[in-house]
Amino acid sequence: MFVTPGYAEEVAPAAGEAQTDAGTAAHTETGAEHGGGGGLFPPFDSSTYPSQLLWLAITFGLFYLFLKNVVLPRVGGILEVRRDRIAGDLDQAARMKSEADAAVAAYEQELAEAKARANAIGQDARDAAKAEAEAKRKEVEAGLDQKLSAAETRIATIKANAMKEVGSIAEDTAAAIVQALGAGKVDKADIAAAVKAAGK
Amino acid sequence: MANDPIHQFQISKLIPIEIGGLDFSFTNSAAFMVATVIAAGAFLFLTTSSRGLVPSRMQSVSEMSYEFVASMLRDAAGSQGMRFFPLVFSLFMFVLVANLIGLFPYFFTVTSHLIVTFALALLVIGTVIVYGFMKHGFGFLKLFVPQGVPGILVPLVVLIEVISFLSRPISLSVRLFANMLAGHITLKVFAGFVTSLSAFGAVGVVGSILPLFMTVAITGLEVLVAFLQAYVFAVLTCMYLNDALHPGH
Repeated sequence: MFVTPGYAEEVAPAAGEAQTDAGTAAHTETGAEHGGGGGLFPPFDSSTYPSQLLWLAITFGLFYLFLKNVVLPRVGGILEVRRDRIAGDLDQAARMKSEADAAVAAYEQELAEAKARANAIGQDARDAAKAEAEAKRKEVEAGLDQKLSAAETRIATIKANAMKEVGSIAEDTAAAIVQALGAGKVDKADIAAAVKAAGK
Repeated sequence: MANDPIHQFQISKLIPIEIGGLDFSFTNSAAFMVATVIAAGAFLFLTTSSRGLVPSRMQSVSEMSYEFVASMLRDAAGSQGMRFFPLVFSLFMFVLVANLIGLFPYFFTVTSHLIVTFALALLVIGTVIVYGFMKHGFGFLKLFVPQGVPGILVPLVVLIEVISFLSRPISLSVRLFANMLAGHITLKVFAGFVTSLSAFGAVGVVGSILPLFMTVAITGLEVLVAFLQAYVFAVLTCMYLNDALHPGH
């Protein structure tokens, strides 16, 4: 073990080199001889304190400065970058989602508008067709009414003519009947008056 | 020498240095301090060098240790306490890596020496005192006078508070030191049983199975203790720093 030679130097700094390792090993084991401390339990040997304190101060001081100036800013930076990146990604996801929602809303609105437009066009077409049919029907009805009234007029004329002829036929018939009955000649005007009275 | 459980704590000089009559030699302890710092620093530095947005396995270990200590400090001392984050993180990593390195056979455990843990504890308490007085002036002394204590009890309570404050660096350092020391001695003793029992032939070999099993189990326990003590050290540091930030309880 490398402990022994160094320990030997501590035991006898001046003569340490001259002694053999085997010789000092025996001293070490007994622990009877110790530089200043005199066989102390090593952690309580105050002769080693200055050296330990000095090297602790040097090593721990350098360690502290190294961590404070190099390592900790770096690790802190890594963590911060990651946190920012995650927050940024979440923001972006939220933005994309809202964009997608807006697109869906716009699509639905457009769809509703298109439906409304289609309904309006259909309604217009239906209305137009209805109006046209109505107009045609009215035209046809007007034609028919005209024909009907013409026919009625003709019927009335024919009827009037027929009624007029009925009167003269009745007079002739009445004159003939009166003659046949042998009542002599009867005035034409009397017969006509009688027929008229009877016809009423 | 092999069976001396204390030998593992010996400090030996690798490069003798003496300044002004004091011994500042580069020892095995100093070598393992350097190793601790290099191992911890290199691990943290190299694993985060790719700065991956999606961390690799090793990078996430570094990030986890960062966030572990950060949340510990934030919970104990609030967001104001984050100014001490480099200190607490350095302490945690240093103690943790020193403890873990010490678990390797033939390696020296830096934290098994009271002076080292005591120096770290004094660093913490010193920071608390200096920062406390800097920020609150003499208002920092309110730390020793809890609110709502009947006037008659105040001197007694202040005495108790002062004693408890002064014993903090001692308890903080002795806890870590004693855990490391006792764990390593126990390991060494049980491992020593294995070798000394095996020397008695077949019966001894059979008999050494139990201490061997114990050695393995205690090694596992020591890994836990290494982590736990680093955690406890850091948590207590956070709580003491909270006193410096908010002395009024």
